[in-house]
Amino acid sequence: MSEGFSRPVAGHVPVLRLGDVLLVTLQGDLHDSTAQQLQQDLSETIAHSRVTGVVIDISGVEIVDSFLGRVLAEIAAQAELLAARTVVAGMRPAVAITLVELGLTLPGLRTALTTEAAMELLAQPIVSSRSGGLRQGSP
Amino acid sequence: MHTAAGVEACLPIRSDMDLVWVRQHVRQAAARLGFGLVDQTKLVTAASELARNTLVHGGGGQLEVSLVTADGVSGLRLAFSDSGPGIPDLERALSDGYTSGDGLGMGLGGARRLVHDFEVESVPGSGTTVRVTSWVGRPPRPREEV
Ligand SMILES: Nc1ncnc2c1ncn2[C@@H]1O[C@H](COP(=O)(O)OP(=O)(O)OP(=O)(O)O)[C@@H](O)[C@H]1O
Ligand SMILES: [Mg+2]
Repeated sequence: MSEGFSRPVAGHVPVLRLGDVLLVTLQGDLHDSTAQQLQQDLSETIAHSRVTGVVIDISGVEIVDSFLGRVLAEIAAQAELLAARTVVAGMRPAVAITLVELGLTLPGLRTALTTEAAMELLAQPIVSSRSGGLRQGSP
Repeated sequence: MHTAAGVEACLPIRSDMDLVWVRQHVRQAAARLGFGLVDQTKLVTAASELARNTLVHGGGGQLEVSLVTADGVSGLRLAFSDSGPGIPDLERALSDGYTSGDGLGMGLGGARRLVHDFEVESVPGSGTTVRVTSWVGRPPRPREEV
């Protein structure tokens, strides 16, 4: 089942289904409400489409603050409960540096450098045990 | 010892749409001043945290952007102000993980780590102003200081 068609889930966040994986591409500067809407819509889409993985491509995102960081972690936690694994792909180096300084290390999130690597990761059998949601880094 | 080169812009903070404008404006101002990509990202992220606090905890307010210079070095100063409830216990508010709402409690303390200068003026019952400044080309503050 590889219907590679685009299925808009929220506002202007494109969500593409590739086999058993949903590919979500975040781009530019997201409104808080768009991010929240995406979070809600995604769990429904996951449950409906019975995908086993979600890849969130953030290579086009210039900043991740605590709000968006929390949304990403919560999407991953929700997906986990719906039997889908989430990988956040393509974080920019400047964003990673800033997140660590901010104190958000998002330990519950799986990451990959590219969407291709994320897809490969999801194609592998599950090795790591389920990790919790968001923890704060030490000061 | 700063010489404020005047207020460059004043932006309202009344909706999550305004947060987008704030981030874009700060990004452009920082890029124009010559901040590198990582420093731009840090400053915009700090601005996003502080503007959201102004909106969510302060009930809305404004951002004043100023260009400053000291000893020939340029900096960007951002002043977020609201006339909300104020912060009764600043030390606690700055500590990682403290939130009076349902946030992560990382915004205020995290923003302080992302900028060079950070000061809060808060009067319980009448409002809060958070003023931050970052300087072009200056390395981040050593960890012990923050
Ligand atoms: N402008 C403000 N007016 C009143 N209270 C504030 C203001 N800014 C911050 N605070 C207080 O300081 C606390 C800590 O702020 P901080 O930004 O660190 O966390 P948060 O906003 O609760 O969560 P997060 O930013 O991680 O989503 C807030 O919960 C709030 O009680
Ligand atoms: Mg906050």
